[in-house]
This record gives sequence, C-alpha cells and structure tokens, in this order.
Amino acid sequence: MTAVPEIPEHTARSRPPAPSRAVTTAAPGRSTRTSRWQTRTAPWAFLAPVVIYLLAFYAYPLYRNLDLSLRHYTVRSFVRGDAPFSGLDNYRTVTGDPTFVPALLHTLVFTFASIAVQFALGMALAVFFAQNFRLSATLRALFLVPWLLPLIVSASTWSWMLNSDSGIVNAALGLVGAGPVNWLTSPDWALVSVIIANIWIGVPFNLVVLYSGLQTIPAQVYEAAALDGATGVQRFWRITFPLLKPVSAITLLLGLVYTLKVFDLIWIMTKGGPANASTTFATWSYQFSFGSLLPEFGPGAAVGNLLIVMALIAGLFYIRIQRRSVS
Amino acid sequence: MTRSWKTVLGLLFTAIMLFPVYWMLNVSFTRDSDMRADPPHVFPFHGTLEGYRAVLDQQLPYLGTSLLIGLGTVVLTLVLSAPAGYALAKLRPRGGGVLGFVLLVAQMIPGIIMAMGFYAIYLRAGLLNTVPGLILADSTIAVPFGVLIFTAFMAGIPDELLHAALIDGATRWRTFVSVVLPVSRNAVVTVSLFAFLWAWSDFVFATTLDGGGGLRPITLGIYQYIGNNNQQWNAIMATAVIASIPATLLLILAQRYVAAGVIAGAVKD
Repeated sequence: MTAVPEIPEHTARSRPPAPSRAVTTAAPGRSTRTSRWQTRTAPWAFLAPVVIYLLAFYAYPLYRNLDLSLRHYTVRSFVRGDAPFSGLDNYRTVTGDPTFVPALLHTLVFTFASIAVQFALGMALAVFFAQNFRLSATLRALFLVPWLLPLIVSASTWSWMLNSDSGIVNAALGLVGAGPVNWLTSPDWALVSVIIANIWIGVPFNLVVLYSGLQTIPAQVYEAAALDGATGVQRFWRITFPLLKPVSAITLLLGLVYTLKVFDLIWIMTKGGPANASTTFATWSYQFSFGSLLPEFGPGAAVGNLLIVMALIAGLFYIRIQRRSVS
Repeated sequence: MTRSWKTVLGLLFTAIMLFPVYWMLNVSFTRDSDMRADPPHVFPFHGTLEGYRAVLDQQLPYLGTSLLIGLGTVVLTLVLSAPAGYALAKLRPRGGGVLGFVLLVAQMIPGIIMAMGFYAIYLRAGLLNTVPGLILADSTIAVPFGVLIFTAFMAGIPDELLHAALIDGATRWRTFVSVVLPVSRNAVVTVSLFAFLWAWSDFVFATTLDGGGGLRPITLGIYQYIGNNNQQWNAIMATAVIASIPATLLLILAQRYVAAGVIAGAVKD
C-alpha cells in the first residue's frame, strides 16, 4: 500500500538521456586529472548518505531479522543477545505448526482475490473514465480518496460498517430480505470481510495506473477500428486489452507485491481471527513476535522471511517485465 | 449513451466508492443514543459534536506527535533522496544501475519485517518509544520512492542549464543547491507530501516500535480507542475524520503540483 500511481511511469522514464561527459571538460581552468577524479567521485559524494542509510536501515534490520530466525530466543536472551544458534529449527517449528497451511492458504486467497477484483474493477472504471465526459477528471481525483486515507481510518470505518448488530451493511441486506451476516465474528466471513475492505482500498491505484496506460493508446487506432465497424466489446478485447498488456502486467505485479505486505488492515479489523480464520503470513508473523505476552521472535522472524521470499519472487518478475517494456 | 448520462453514471460510481467516507462523517456526528439504532440513521439529524470534543480532550497530544514525526520524516527523506536523485540522473556514477535496482527491491520488503529488525536494534540502542526512532523507521517507506521520483524528475532537466552553471565556475554542490533544487520544486513538493502522508498514516512501525511510550502518533490513538472496547464510535470516527485531513489536503495540492511542466519554462528564461 505504499506506492504512488506515478511509480510505473516515472521509473519507466528514469533512464537519464544521453551521457553528459562534456560537463567536466567544459569547466575552465582545471587540469584533466582533477576532472577525471571529480567525475568518478563527485557522484558518490552525493550518493554516500543514501548508501550509508540503506546499509544501516535496510540491510542491517534485514540481517537482524535473518539472525533472529536462526537462533533460539527467549525474552532474556533477546535482551542480552546471547541466544544459541539453532539452524533451521524455527523454520521447522513454523512449517510444522497447525496454523501454517491455513495461513498460507489465506495469504494466497487474500492476495489473489484482492488483486483479481481490484484489477477488473479498475480496468472497467479506467475504460469508463477515459471517455472524457464532463466532470470526469474531478471524479477520477475523488476516486483516489480511499487509497490516500490512513489504513487505520479505512479499517475502523469498515469495522463499524460491517458490525453484526448496528452496521449499515447488515441493515442494507435486511432491506432486501437477506439475513444478517456476522462479517467479522464468524470464521466463514472474516476473510471475505478483509478482502472486501482491501479491494476498496486498492481499486483507485488500479484505476489510475490503467487510466494513464489508456492515454498512451493513439486515438487513430480506435478510429480505424470504428471505421471497420468494430463494436465496443470488440474494441476492448481486440485493441485496448492487448495494447494495455505491459501496463496491466506491471499493475498486477505491483498489486501482488503490495497485497502480500498487507498487515494493518487485517490486524485492525479481525486480528487474524476468529480462530485464525483470517490469519495471513503477515499477521501470523506479528502474532508470534508482538501478539502475546510471551514473544516468540524466532518463529516470527522465520514467517517474515518466508513472506520476503514470496514478495521478492513477485518483485523480480516485476523488474523483468519493466526492463522489457523500457527497452 | 450521451455525455450527460455518462456524467450521471460517473457520479453514481463515485458516490458508491465514497460511501464509506460519508459513513465515517455521518457516524462522527451521531449521538451515542442513536448509535445502535435499527436501522442506522443515514443522516445525523440530531447531530452532536461530542465525538469531536472527545478528540480535542484526549487526542491532541497524539496529533502533535504525528505532526512532528511527519515533518521529521519529510526533512530526512529530502536530505537523503534529493542529492541521490541528482547523482543518479545527471552525474552517471559507476554502479548507479545497481543502486537503482536495490532501491526498487527495497520497496518490496514488507514493513512488518523491517519492524521486527528495527525492534531488535532499537531495544538495545534505547530508541524504542522515541520520536527520532519512529522518524528513522518511517523514512524507510519514503526514501526509495523519493530517490526514484527525484531521479526521474531531474533526468528531465536540460543539460545546458547545468553546463551554464559549471562554466560560470559553480561547483557541483553549488549547481545542485542553486540550480537543480529550485528547478525541481515540483518533485520536492511531491516527495514531501507523500513522505508526510505515509509517516502520518503509519501503523506498523508505530505499534511495534512505540507501543509503550508517552509520545504516540494518532494512528495508535485511534487503535487504542478501538482496542479498549470503547463503544464511543462517534469519537473513534471523529478521530478518523481528523486523521484524514492530510490526505484530503494532499489530494487538492498534489493535483496542482505533480504536473511536471515547469522545466520547459525554466529553460526559456
């Protein structure tokens, strides 16, 4: 959930244009020797803060997390830092846990159901808004609101809307004669509830990225198709959809990466419950490390690292597709 | 289908999409006695401000902390990412491609895993429950994004502009501060707005790294309201409304600023 619709466009353009070697030779009164030294080191003087930062605040926490997952920690050894090395024990504990299979399934269902519906709705809305009627731009901007709200705000609003007794959703269902559903408190519906809320949050992102993709398709293509007598449905499946494939792939993969990460929403709405009915890897990992009075940092870190592996596989696909669309 | 019908349809879709936002506003003004009404009141006819009064009484310090953390994150993000973006876009460093790749991958690491690593480090460093600790952690959400945006934006600055500065005898640092940064104002605003918004909205780092301190951000303020099994939903939703103000402002401001057309004007002059 932490991205901006601009990312795919910007990164796609992020290759600098032609090299500017002339810059250094153009500087008057400097020997070529210092210039060459400058060309090599000056960039890294500007980059040093970020490199140090990445090492200290990305690489090191990740290393610490890996280390946590390979040692047997108790609260005491966690504070003192003398936990014994235990190899892959934590990973064995985690995969042997009765929650492992449900948590894996929930992670997959949550991720794929969310991005499938988000993408379908986002695509439909993008095609609709691309027709440039009056107010189209304003309404499109308003669609961004769910995506910009703090997750705690969305999650608590949905919690109250889905409340079994006083929620507006059950009241609306009652109007059409459908029985009240225990959205957040029944094991059958908890996962569905968090998926619904997550779809609501993700639709704007899909809409914006796909809309910007639609803008790159030249109008003449559609005009030619219209001359040939293509219907609206044909135009979508024969022109829009194929031409939008690169953008779609990037949207789906970014969606995948961001949805795998979702923790706040589920934790705030259901805490992974009831009876682990909506537990995913992200909430399970938190549950281990912070969810009880007796933290189990080892298994928590192990689950977290499994999640990283899933995210990185998705991420590498994303980078491959993006590279291809740039070149 | 005529154009005006499309507008009607568009309004309908938008209304459905924004219904939860309306509901948040509606509940924030609803009296306690009407909260459990069946069916729920779709409009707060007997509106009350008691929810907002509760916010002012209890949540002001949280809002202050969030503001401080948000601003701190913005400063840290800008200081780190603007020079890096300049170097990657214009100075063509060796290994720049690798760094760009690392930044892309960095964005994919789940926050909850970063949080666990930070927790282990902060526990020993004594940074748990501190504002600087939370600023550092929150900036990890924004820094990779910031570098990518600055790189993309600064790559569009014409080389002639930078040559001119160098010929006038300016050092690279001088060029960066007095030419590149002013021209990149739009990128600065965009990165600042998003860095602020993400720090303001952060829940993962707050709940793991700031669980027991006195200075807590607003996201934890709302979470505590819910966690205490507090049934004062008007107060919860009123806090939510106030916590949404930065997002609303961003939506208005970003629309003006994100457009990157200023560069062309800078060259003409």
